[in-house]
Amino acid sequence: MTFFRPAFRHPDLPPNAAGFHRRDYEGGLSTLCAGCGHDSICNAIIDACFELALPPHRIAKLSGIGCSSKTPAYFLGRSHGFNSVHGRMPSIATGANMANRDLIYLGVSGDGDTASIGMGQFVHAARRNLNMTYIVMNNGCYGLTKGQFSATADKGSKSKQGNVNLLESIDLCELAIQLGAGFVARSFSGDKAQLVPLIKAGLSHHGLSFIDVISPCVTFNNNPESTKSYHWVREHSEATGTFDFVPFRQTITADYADDTVQEVVLHDSSVIHLHKHPNGPDITDRRQAIDNLEDHKEQGVILTGVLYVNPDSQDTHDILQTSVRPLNSLTEADLCPGAQALEAVNTAHR
Amino acid sequence: MKPLNRINDFVVSFATINGSGSASANNLFAKVVFRLGVPVSPKNIFPSNIQGLPTWYEVRVSEQGYVGRRGDVDLMVAVNGQTLRRDYDSVVSGGYFVYDSSKPLPEDFQRDDVVTIGIPMTRLVTEAIDKPKMRPLLRNIVYVGGLAALLDMEPDPFVDALNSQYRKNVQLAEPNIQALQLGYTYVRQHYPDTCRLKVQPRDRTGDAIMMDGNTAMALGAIYGGATVVGWYPITPSTSIIEAFGRYVQKFRLEEDGRCKAAIVQAEDELAAIGIVIGATWNGARAFTATSGPGISLMTEFLGLAYFAEIPAVVIDVQRAGPSTGMPTRTQQSDLLACAYASHGDTKHPLLFPGDPRECFEMTAAAFDYADRLQTPVIVLSDLDLGMNDHFSPPLAWDPQHRYDRGKVLDAEQLDALTERWGRYRDVDGDGICFRTYPGTHPDKGVYFTRGTSRDEYSAYTEDSGAYTRNMQRLLKKWETAKEVLPKPEITVARKDARVGVIFYGSTTPVAREVIDQLHRRGCPINSMRIRAFPFQQEVWDFIRTHELVIVIEQNRDGQMRTLLINEGDVPPQTLLSVVHYNGLPIAGRELIVTLEETLAAHGLVVAAMSNETGGVS
Repeated sequence: MTFFRPAFRHPDLPPNAAGFHRRDYEGGLSTLCAGCGHDSICNAIIDACFELALPPHRIAKLSGIGCSSKTPAYFLGRSHGFNSVHGRMPSIATGANMANRDLIYLGVSGDGDTASIGMGQFVHAARRNLNMTYIVMNNGCYGLTKGQFSATADKGSKSKQGNVNLLESIDLCELAIQLGAGFVARSFSGDKAQLVPLIKAGLSHHGLSFIDVISPCVTFNNNPESTKSYHWVREHSEATGTFDFVPFRQTITADYADDTVQEVVLHDSSVIHLHKHPNGPDITDRRQAIDNLEDHKEQGVILTGVLYVNPDSQDTHDILQTSVRPLNSLTEADLCPGAQALEAVNTAHR
Repeated sequence: MKPLNRINDFVVSFATINGSGSASANNLFAKVVFRLGVPVSPKNIFPSNIQGLPTWYEVRVSEQGYVGRRGDVDLMVAVNGQTLRRDYDSVVSGGYFVYDSSKPLPEDFQRDDVVTIGIPMTRLVTEAIDKPKMRPLLRNIVYVGGLAALLDMEPDPFVDALNSQYRKNVQLAEPNIQALQLGYTYVRQHYPDTCRLKVQPRDRTGDAIMMDGNTAMALGAIYGGATVVGWYPITPSTSIIEAFGRYVQKFRLEEDGRCKAAIVQAEDELAAIGIVIGATWNGARAFTATSGPGISLMTEFLGLAYFAEIPAVVIDVQRAGPSTGMPTRTQQSDLLACAYASHGDTKHPLLFPGDPRECFEMTAAAFDYADRLQTPVIVLSDLDLGMNDHFSPPLAWDPQHRYDRGKVLDAEQLDALTERWGRYRDVDGDGICFRTYPGTHPDKGVYFTRGTSRDEYSAYTEDSGAYTRNMQRLLKKWETAKEVLPKPEITVARKDARVGVIFYGSTTPVAREVIDQLHRRGCPINSMRIRAFPFQQEVWDFIRTHELVIVIEQNRDGQMRTLLINEGDVPPQTLLSVVHYNGLPIAGRELIVTLEETLAAHGLVVAAMSNETGGVS
């Protein structure tokens, strides 16, 4: 257990626009190791949902298996949760989303859960552009089984025991962009200022929002030679640019110089303002986004921030042309063709 | 030689090449027999291949209504050079061999106990049909025309069937009818009064339909209210999903063209079942259809659904295993894999439909059972039942029937609760607890679903007591399942009959025919058709009240027998296994021999019967 949460809250803490307090978005006590990056991500999720004033009971939180997948117990205690089987969160999320398109789906996974055992499910959820936010808590190793390298561990990265990873690493963000995810971002559990607005933007995007969060494993993979350690990431990361996320309810007041701001309007009219280098890549262009990632990788730099956005993306329901009503709300009258129609079917089979 | 001489009681086989368009010609023949009021049973014996390999289409014509596979061939239509020898040899003594005489038969085809009938099919179409592209297809219609003449059938019903088949494409009807006439006229001229097998119109089909089990199951899912489908293509289950898709277009479109169902073709069966579980967890009715290899992949998730108590409907159209086995051959060999699918202590309700009508009813009902019992329900069909057309009672839907969504609390009910709600708390003793759908209530009824152990309030715990209580409650639910699921169908020939026979699924028509036959020969046999697992008391009573109980099934190891021995207090030696597992649908003529031998080994000798009919004896 990493901390004890004080029961006392300041009585004057203001509620959000929906009348909920921050504690309405909290969950049970974490059982992760003290200092685990995942706990910071949980707090960022809580902040993001609170600030967006999402009704907690309209969120469904889903996960697979692993340290990361335990975390849905530690946030959004008033949301239904589903801790499924290893690597299979995307299929559960797909089914849940098909059943009720009106809820908000937040999937949490790890690098083992997504990049190895669940790779098939991850890439196909991205292909379907399922309307959900998919967060990977990425520490480059398997924590629950004591520190084996995962498929996102960088080649040459060294573990605490001194083992060197000899295999190529998988860049989940690059894959997600290739596969058609509509919103792709990378962040660092130690950078709350960036992570919270990223999650907010992800939750507001229509389609699959993929957020890869580097989240050091303090117990097994936080040694100086590990490229997923706090120290390494702080030294070797570069943001695509600072950015503001403006939810659709708020009025935009700030003025920006045109040549440094890229504005992306999301499906729900929320806006992302990206303050970037004047000649920086266009984040709505898939090729530029991938080149940008590769260029930084060549320089040994981890690129963070919004990597790619497709504001016009079509989600699975759009693609399948399903009813605008949640399918789980349809009744017998909507679904059963009745005895007379069946008699016509019989006749056609004589 | 005495040529076979029978009316409405024989087996015709068409030996053709797959992908050559023969299937629809063969089907035309079966359909016309059916429309003449004579029960008929077509079976497609096809290879795991798209084009070029041998395929057979067996049609059993049975005025008596025995529509199981009989075995043996009385009249062979041999149009595949690759298998000519084998097809020639397989005709029964006294039978008929029809071949394409555009090429002469090899000289060593000299059986004197077979009537050989040559129709120059290729030559006839080449002479009469201008378009070379159409000739191979029309050659198939030529032999149907020839067959009609041989069997003394009028051409009119065939012409009617062709006209209705091509009503949207009228210019195709004409050459087809022409080809039909070519074959018909040729036989009338060259082989008058040659064949003594006849089809004569009768009134024996009543309101029956001809439908394949997969179509019936798709309709069952439509009527049962399924809205989410997760699936992965696999023979022989794929046509369920395809038919479901077609019926969604027919019955489930909204005015704006959107559909009231989401059919998601998944990346594999692991995802297919995950989609189903995610959807049912979230309050929709969902299903998947698969076959043995898919069941293997789904087992981990089935264990989760069992333990987390999430409804799911899984259709398993069984094929011959193990491993990839024979994908286009039939078996009932996934019983044990389905009954106990997944690691740990798991068991799942199974349903065993016996004909298309039951495929429809049980699939529709499976959604009620799954919701009521909050657990996966597996409907076990097989390739024979699923992909072949069957002579079946019509599908029926009770307009009074209402979906049983099971124990689900809505917002109002949550507000009215007077005591603390627990997702895994059994408040009324049936082992089933109340659940909620996500998003129901702002601050009540929320819980965390997990495959790890938890207490009655779904809070994580590794406490031994809480774990054991939960596992015990699941056993109580298993008892409740016995009351909910369909009972076995028991047929008593004589109260004091010493022998009882157990069968299930697609074995049903053959088993019934063989039992009838033995009964007529002075050996009364009671029978029980098992329709569901877990087994009810009736099953044990049936076994207990017979000296010898024979379990007929289509797998090598006698899986139903194993399941019975494992689940009940049954002395293994009272249950005898009679199995058939060569991948072809079980055939009556083989079965009766095996049964006689089994009975004889236990001192029960059955009187012989003259072989005047085309039946199984």
